[in-house]
Amino acid sequence: MKIKSKRILINISAVSLALLVILFIQELFMPKYMSEIPEGNLVEEYYKEEKKHDVIFVGDCEVFSNISPITLWEEYGITSYIRGSAQQLIWQSYYLLEETLKYEKPKVVVFNVLSMKYNEPQKEAYNRLTLDGMKLSKYKINAIKASMMEDEDLITYIFPLLRYHSRWNDIGSEDFKYIFSKDKQSHNGYLMRIDVKPVGYIPKGRVMADYSFGDNSYYYLEKMTKLCKDNDIELILIKSPSVYPYWYPQWNQQMVEFAKDNNLTYINFLDKAEDEIGIEYDKDTFDGGLHLNLSGAEKFTRYFGEILSNDFGLPDHRNEEEYKEIWQDKVEFYYAMKEDQERELKEYGYLKSYGAVAQSIEGDDKSNN
Amino acid sequence: MDEILEILEGLHPEVDFETCTSLIDDKIIDSFDIVTLISDISEEFDITIPVEEIIPENFNSAKSIYALVERLLEDE
Amino acid sequence: MLFTSYEFILFLVLVFLLYYLIPKRFQWILLLIASYVFYSYTGIRYLAYILLTTISTYLISRLIGELFITQEVYLKENKADLSREERKSYKAKIKKKQRKLLVLCLLFNFGILAVLKYSDFTINNINSVLDLLRTGKNISPLGFVAPLGISFYTFQTMGYIIDVYRGKHPYEKNIFKFGLFVSFFPQLIQGPISRFDDLKDSLFAEHSFDTKTISFGLQRILWGFFKKLVIADRLLPAVITIVGNPDKYQGVYVLVGMFFYAIDLYADFTGGIDITIGVAEVLGITLKENFLRPYFSKSITEYWRRWHITMGTWFKDYIFFPISVSKSMLNLSKKCRKRFGDAIGKRIPVYLATILVWLTTGIWHGAAWNFVVWGLLNCIVILISQECIPLYNRFHSRFKVGHTFYYRLFQVVRTFWLMSFIRILDCYRDVGTTFRMYGTIFTRWNWRDLFNGSLLELGLTMADYMVLLFAVLLILWVSLASRRESFRERLASWPMALRYISYFVLIISILIFGAYGVGYDSSQFIYSQF
Repeated sequence: MKIKSKRILINISAVSLALLVILFIQELFMPKYMSEIPEGNLVEEYYKEEKKHDVIFVGDCEVFSNISPITLWEEYGITSYIRGSAQQLIWQSYYLLEETLKYEKPKVVVFNVLSMKYNEPQKEAYNRLTLDGMKLSKYKINAIKASMMEDEDLITYIFPLLRYHSRWNDIGSEDFKYIFSKDKQSHNGYLMRIDVKPVGYIPKGRVMADYSFGDNSYYYLEKMTKLCKDNDIELILIKSPSVYPYWYPQWNQQMVEFAKDNNLTYINFLDKAEDEIGIEYDKDTFDGGLHLNLSGAEKFTRYFGEILSNDFGLPDHRNEEEYKEIWQDKVEFYYAMKEDQERELKEYGYLKSYGAVAQSIEGDDKSNN
Repeated sequence: MDEILEILEGLHPEVDFETCTSLIDDKIIDSFDIVTLISDISEEFDITIPVEEIIPENFNSAKSIYALVERLLEDE
Repeated sequence: MLFTSYEFILFLVLVFLLYYLIPKRFQWILLLIASYVFYSYTGIRYLAYILLTTISTYLISRLIGELFITQEVYLKENKADLSREERKSYKAKIKKKQRKLLVLCLLFNFGILAVLKYSDFTINNINSVLDLLRTGKNISPLGFVAPLGISFYTFQTMGYIIDVYRGKHPYEKNIFKFGLFVSFFPQLIQGPISRFDDLKDSLFAEHSFDTKTISFGLQRILWGFFKKLVIADRLLPAVITIVGNPDKYQGVYVLVGMFFYAIDLYADFTGGIDITIGVAEVLGITLKENFLRPYFSKSITEYWRRWHITMGTWFKDYIFFPISVSKSMLNLSKKCRKRFGDAIGKRIPVYLATILVWLTTGIWHGAAWNFVVWGLLNCIVILISQECIPLYNRFHSRFKVGHTFYYRLFQVVRTFWLMSFIRILDCYRDVGTTFRMYGTIFTRWNWRDLFNGSLLELGLTMADYMVLLFAVLLILWVSLASRRESFRERLASWPMALRYISYFVLIISILIFGAYGVGYDSSQFIYSQF
């Protein structure tokens, strides 16, 4: 009997050891998104935060590139966080929001409606950028199930080694360096870029047979509306001032109607971009109009912040000690990065440590319904 | 028995069929040989060897082949 | 369900757990349910065919079996009264009835197989003839989809009914047990094709949890996954690229394609069989081996005794022997001896039976002409090598090289390349293209082409080739070591730490280097559509 229990003990230890090693290998193989595609880290960074935000932004790159929570804080004392990610699909926004509400209760939620155009799962790579960063929870599982492409399996999200094992030949020093912890890259979910690439030629959207948004998109928009209503949160629908992908008047109209029918605010900032917000598309974008750079983001935020402060009565926390402490560091980090980016731009002519190449992938996304 | 040995030796002159008892197991005679063997034996003894009898036990040695032939002659 | 899928792994875990938790007398029932669940995964409607085969064969085997019993009883009761002649004629009468039943069963079940698998092939050929004759008419294809494993389970079941007819073993009385024999899930995808009296004891027995068999079984499953995921699935895209672009990859690249396919098919097929036999082993059930280091064969006949063994023995026992020693064949042979002399006359049974076997083996592999040609090529080479035996014997009596290492190595290499040549008929889209490619080996030969960079454009990187090299060396080493003794027994004799590390390294290699997941084409077992 003694030998048998010794055997069992050895076997259990061996299996545990093996599992530990496999988990270590899994961490090693996860892409770190430090030198390339920093947007991969956005979703993850939220969990480390002090969760006291009056505004939560959800949506795709048009929120995480165009809005600066630091500006909102500095000029209006509004606390906010952007739970954005690359090509975030509406059901992903919904489940991220649901998850966020388990951590805190904001007064306002802002959703960029561009993702209404995607009724079905789109690309596995973007799914990964959004979903891998989520902590394992029922919200994550729901988001995965709603997002999976034909050839994806749920288990590869629970054990990402099953997805990233194919990186075996691409493992580099970055994978080892950041295996246990990563440096912060965003400013409450905002990815800063100070470089400039003026808007060139913007092709008009091609004529479509049917402009109505899909049933699935509406389903989740309605869910989001109800979720906010049930939690006493003001939901604001916006169209962020990026000029591409093309925002059809027919799409705009649907959002105007939806907002009216559901007693929501919908603001099309793209229409107001040049005249009212003062965005100059030859100076304020770093990729030809898809996303604003720092200068453009600050302009837009300033304008939007006015609305949030006046029309939605969001409080000014700038004199409250606990907030001041938290945000002081953020402000310092913000300007330090700005300086660093200016230095890099001078030295290399492009922002090489800030994923300068990656952003243009989304520019190639000229996908339609 | 002698006829059987003759037929066997015709197939593989180099093998000692009198003593060997693992003709099938050691692949000394293969399926093609068996067919030729059966064809010759049927001709020689005017018997029919049914397919069910084509099992290793019956063909592993000259002796077992002889036993098979005897048995079939009896049943005739 | 593919073997290399998450669903299958989950399915296995569930079956294994339940199997050893439930009372032992229900184990075979669990397997029956599991097999039907496994089968319905591709679509519940396909169950209909396997059920048809099961029920029809069961009923007919029962009728045949009962006739045997009737015969025995009758002969015993009337032992004293019957003359030899009467006994013989009675037996012949019974046999005739049984034969009618057998033929009915064979026609019905092979008929199902023929219609489902070969109807469109036949129709397309008829249409080609009609077009040649410019009739302007065409038959539209029926578009049947062959259900999973139909070639395998049909052959296995027909082997059973023939054995019952031959009196080899009694019929199985329990229709559910019989159903398990027909549909036993590990065998469904690609065999091995089992014989009823080989399988029935372990299949229906009660099995206790035995660490050694389970451990051996798990090792074997792991080994199968390694071959399949690290080697086969990695090589497949390269093979597909070469054979899919015959105008680009000619000359030496045809040889590259043959070589890659040889390794790919070996890893895929033997890997799948490892999983099959390993799964059965974990369940305490013994299946026959289907491969015996086939690439170490020294001749084509030896190769076919070591590759897809159970298919070879099936054709031997149920087609080759019955045809070649049948009365009509022997009569034909007699007549030919008289007409054309002994030398030709005695070859007739062997030749005709061999040709028939290889035609059917070819067509069994697929409903297309390239498989028929493949079968015929094998046949021709085998018969030629038969005829050459006296030549070889003379050579060997002159030059005593037969047993030297180098001559045997030469034989192995020669057989490997010969089989690789023939086997590539599986791959090119038609026979004409294949022979054209054979031609370019000579007309477009330039070994320097190997270094023109194309090897890195087949879908494999340098790193992939390194992984392949190590993996192939590993399986080569295990094969060489297996010649002396079972490798798993040898493994069991190693110290525990070494064993555990080996398992772990194997598992990690599969996890990391397996060619699975997004970005890799999930490839089917090459044999699973049979």
